[in-house]
Amino acid sequence: MAIPLVYNVRSVRQRWNSSVVAVLGIAGTVGVFVAMLAMARGFKATLVSSGSPRNAIVRRAGSDSEMVSAVSLDQLHVIEGAPAVARNGSAPLVSGEVVVIAGFNLKATGTVANAQVRGVSSKAIDIRDNVRVVQGRFFNPGLAELVVGRYALKTYAGFDLGSTVKFGGGTWTVVGIFDAGGSAFDSEIWCDANVLSQVYKRPQNVFQSVTARLESPAGLTAFKDALTSDPRLSVQVDRETEYYEKQSRGLTTVIRVLGFLVAFVMGIGAVFGALNTMYSAVAERAREIATIRALGFGRSSVIVSFVFEALFIALLGGVVGCLAVLPMNGFTTGTMNWQTFSHVAFAFKVTPGLLGLGIGFALLMGVIGGVPPAVRAVRRPIAFALREL
Amino acid sequence: MVKVDGKGNGTSLVQVRELDKKYQRGSEEIHVLQGLNLDVGSGEFVAFMGPSGSGKTTLLNLLGGLDLPTSGSIKVAGDEITRMSANKLTAWRARHVGFIFQMYNLIPVLTAFQNVELPLLLTKLSKADRKKHVETALAMVGLADRMNHYPRQLSGGQEQRVAIARAIVADATFLLADEPTGDLDRRSAGEIMELLDRLVHEHGKTLLMVTHDPRAAERAHVVLHLDKGVLVEGGAGGGGEA
Repeated sequence: MAIPLVYNVRSVRQRWNSSVVAVLGIAGTVGVFVAMLAMARGFKATLVSSGSPRNAIVRRAGSDSEMVSAVSLDQLHVIEGAPAVARNGSAPLVSGEVVVIAGFNLKATGTVANAQVRGVSSKAIDIRDNVRVVQGRFFNPGLAELVVGRYALKTYAGFDLGSTVKFGGGTWTVVGIFDAGGSAFDSEIWCDANVLSQVYKRPQNVFQSVTARLESPAGLTAFKDALTSDPRLSVQVDRETEYYEKQSRGLTTVIRVLGFLVAFVMGIGAVFGALNTMYSAVAERAREIATIRALGFGRSSVIVSFVFEALFIALLGGVVGCLAVLPMNGFTTGTMNWQTFSHVAFAFKVTPGLLGLGIGFALLMGVIGGVPPAVRAVRRPIAFALREL
Repeated sequence: MVKVDGKGNGTSLVQVRELDKKYQRGSEEIHVLQGLNLDVGSGEFVAFMGPSGSGKTTLLNLLGGLDLPTSGSIKVAGDEITRMSANKLTAWRARHVGFIFQMYNLIPVLTAFQNVELPLLLTKLSKADRKKHVETALAMVGLADRMNHYPRQLSGGQEQRVAIARAIVADATFLLADEPTGDLDRRSAGEIMELLDRLVHEHGKTLLMVTHDPRAAERAHVVLHLDKGVLVEGGAGGGGEA
């Protein structure tokens, strides 16, 4: 039979000052751990949500990203005729796109940061069902007009609706604001692909990627097989969601590794805090423990009891840490996308899974911090411990 | 029947034979108990007296299975406890021994009820049965109205009465009391001894008590003196004949 849990719960409350130190140590560690993972999760979610499972992105074979890819107009036409491509009437839903990186002043600091400017076709908005114009209108093909993602509007100075912006040697007018549902497109500035190529003096009729809307997600296999086996093309085809997932992998991995590293280092401190609390609990309660053992509770009961006490403290710390980090959910920040070298805004995503992971991490610290003192508690001979004051 | 010559007839509740206990303190060996013999029958009340360091508490610890002798044997109700494994000894203590300590040794974060209930958690009694037993034990020590009090809310005498209730609640084979009145004023000490006396005479409990207090020892059937590790009969107390 186990020692009643109320004994441990009340003991923690009675020794609250030393318990609070351990609780706060664990709470801080869990908070940082969950925050880092929420950052990685948010960044990944932002990029992955940019893609649609019904879209395929075509790039030159061997190119990891759009930045180093090239697809000619002739190849675009071949892609338009590929099987499984969705059509709006008779027009295939295919958009040849060009991306450039341009420097703009940040509203917050006034310093220059890179933004991704995407030249698209007028069909781009039909292809991407997560994008909708919320203010103004979409650009007119052939004109130097811009539509700006809502995060780009918040991030960079001078992109208010109706204002003119100079970059790449051209003067552009902001004619619309679009909402891309929190995806990476929200950090982009869109314009006509041909106009962008002209302004940047790039070869006409050469795109960096082609995005095609498929009739259904299952159509990817037929579409990909047709393109990769066509001798006129040397292209790489990915489902758009998978492409963006790969794009997020580098930075997400770095954030996660950093998160684990920081949490590990902080965790060592927190474990020492828990150890200290539990060792002093065991020392202060030596006579209580001896009495309990004298009454007939076995060593295992005492160990379980003290490990439970450490777990209880750890759980409190975990809950406090999770509650502290919860308000960060949805908090938007920005970072440079290592694949495009441009600024991407993303929101922290504190998910139930991450909170569970945080609690699990706290309990792990509790076990590590609880077992050695619990073992010490039962090692002391009862007859000696009964004489402790 | 209480004997210290090792010539008991084998029917005693407690049989101690040639008990030796040595401690090592640095390079010095301390021989606390030397070839001690003892027979105590059921329902006896024995008081152990002697100067500090004479081995009284050591003897009590050995009888209660809290410590192991260097040599010799202890049989309680037929169980040879000096040969038991640690786990068996723990279970044996739960079943057979009721401890009463000088400093009461109540768990400060548990109420009187919860303190008394502790030994019953090691039995198969249902919650309702445990409640009945605890209420009965607390009523026997006159603390039925204090069961939800924490130790800090009780006087020293009341705390010791809770400790006695804890010792008797599981109907232990015998009670071991180490200076039960040592931390109490004279009036409270008298009440505690009155209570222990009642447990022996009205409820047939076997009680082995260590004490420095001659007034407490007077209540015992037999007073035994421990001197230099050996038991010497000190005659009958006022509680009955030896």
